[in-house]
Amino acid sequence: MSRADAISLAYLVTIIAFILALRFLSSPATAPLGNRIGAIGMAIAIAATFAQPGMHNYASILIVMAVFAPIGAYAARAVKMTAMPQMVALFNGVGGGAAALVALADFHRVVPEPGRLGTDVSTSIMLSTLIGGISFAGSMVAFVKLQELISGRPIVYPGQKLLNGLLLATLVAFALVVVAGPEDQWIVVATLLGALLFGVLFVLPIGGADMPVVISLLNAFTGLAAAATGFVLHMNVLIVSGMLVGASGTLLTIMMGRAMNRSLANVLFGAFGQIVSGTASAADDGATVRSISADDVAVMLAYAKKVVVVPGYGLAVAQAQHDVRQLADLLEQRGVEVTYAIHPVAGRMPGHMNVLLAEANVPYPQLKEMGEANAEFPRTDVALVIGANDVVNPDARNNPGSPIYGMPILNVDQAQQVVVLKRSMNPGFAGIDNPLFLNPKTVMLFGDAKDSVTKLAARVREL
Amino acid sequence: METTQFITELTVLVLAVFIGFEVISKVPTMLHTPLMSGTNAIHGIVLVGAIIVAGLPDQSTWIRIVALAAVALGTMNVVGGFVVTDRMLHMFKRRREPEPDEQS
Repeated sequence: MSRADAISLAYLVTIIAFILALRFLSSPATAPLGNRIGAIGMAIAIAATFAQPGMHNYASILIVMAVFAPIGAYAARAVKMTAMPQMVALFNGVGGGAAALVALADFHRVVPEPGRLGTDVSTSIMLSTLIGGISFAGSMVAFVKLQELISGRPIVYPGQKLLNGLLLATLVAFALVVVAGPEDQWIVVATLLGALLFGVLFVLPIGGADMPVVISLLNAFTGLAAAATGFVLHMNVLIVSGMLVGASGTLLTIMMGRAMNRSLANVLFGAFGQIVSGTASAADDGATVRSISADDVAVMLAYAKKVVVVPGYGLAVAQAQHDVRQLADLLEQRGVEVTYAIHPVAGRMPGHMNVLLAEANVPYPQLKEMGEANAEFPRTDVALVIGANDVVNPDARNNPGSPIYGMPILNVDQAQQVVVLKRSMNPGFAGIDNPLFLNPKTVMLFGDAKDSVTKLAARVREL
Repeated sequence: METTQFITELTVLVLAVFIGFEVISKVPTMLHTPLMSGTNAIHGIVLVGAIIVAGLPDQSTWIRIVALAAVALGTMNVVGGFVVTDRMLHMFKRRREPEPDEQS
């Protein structure tokens, strides 16, 4: 077996390791092992690459890796679970940026010899530059928004769509020019700069609540950029890995869009959350909100048979996950069955709320996804809604005039009683009225989520 | 020759897409955040491409800087991605663990 064959086989092992890593993610029990297998696969690929014939500059490459590996590891260890969306956005951007730079460097390398570039390679270089650049800049804006360095609200101005459309058309034209003939490296550089600008402009108008969709989409982009780089360098391992990521990002984008009942176009161009809807809800005439004390809620919970906690992003903002789990423990000691109903967009990225609750030591069999949870509500005594609003809004089911009409929701109003923990009567993220609060079954416990939950736990303990 | 290689690569790409959809559709929603950070780590495979470009002989300083920058980004991507996914996956437990700090 030749050395080249051995290296290719090593890359094949890497591909298998990555597929297994994703396969093992089908259950929380096997997932940690899968991730380790993936990491080993990556190590094999890196080792095989260093064994490539004709490699130079080992020293500088190894020094750069030795400097930046601990930085990545430190960031990964230090990051708070609430900040996971930012972290994932950052890594997305970093990967996309790397893909774009590889394409740029490779183009620069081959360009002194005119005619050396096949159409397939030049197309791939331009795709990698474009998608990688957009992914890098877009992810950075998403990061800055999620980190709240700038407002999470959509940033809009007149002519925005037109400008973005023109910019994208120009970039595609640049790419076509390079593919067609004049292999001018400055056009490639201009394309990269334009892609960076486009990445910024296209994420700016997207609001914080839509971040789960945007992050998934950028994830898919980075995968595609990596796959394009695979075509540039003729490496199957990059093509397969990139497309696995592309498939994952695409699936997640579709799922998140479905969970919000919004098309991708609507998310990207709708600037949702900017306009406060004036649509009055059908049910709010004459009805009033009923406020309740912590004591009464504690009694209600302690003597229930089944309690379902419905966490929203407000719970994570208040950092009340641990307190909620302690309350649940007390209830379970009294024989109350407690589960958690998790809406797909309960956090700032797909599956975010599950991680936050797992971190708070909630056993994962108690985490119920939407379909399962909705089947349980009719035999639930108390639904405890903490910091969630739009995902429990019955208008999504009943009011065709509502902006969220058609969005799948958690049917908490089918429970015997609904307790809503809320800071005040301010409308939710999308600024939409919620008739759930006026439902005769519903009582409201106002105050900071963390304070309220701590108070509830203290009262339950006394009972 | 070139076309043939391109078609082979395209075939690989298409098959990878199908495998990707097949495997990922089996991941429960509960694990979607680790799925994202895990695939994040996997697209760090561009590091391999970066190493190859950075390892080419007779480069201009300009390429070398760009390629080494790509190595730096790729390294952070790979290491950070796998570490954070590992950290997250170890939080998912079937049963509640006894906590030493059950104060308050």
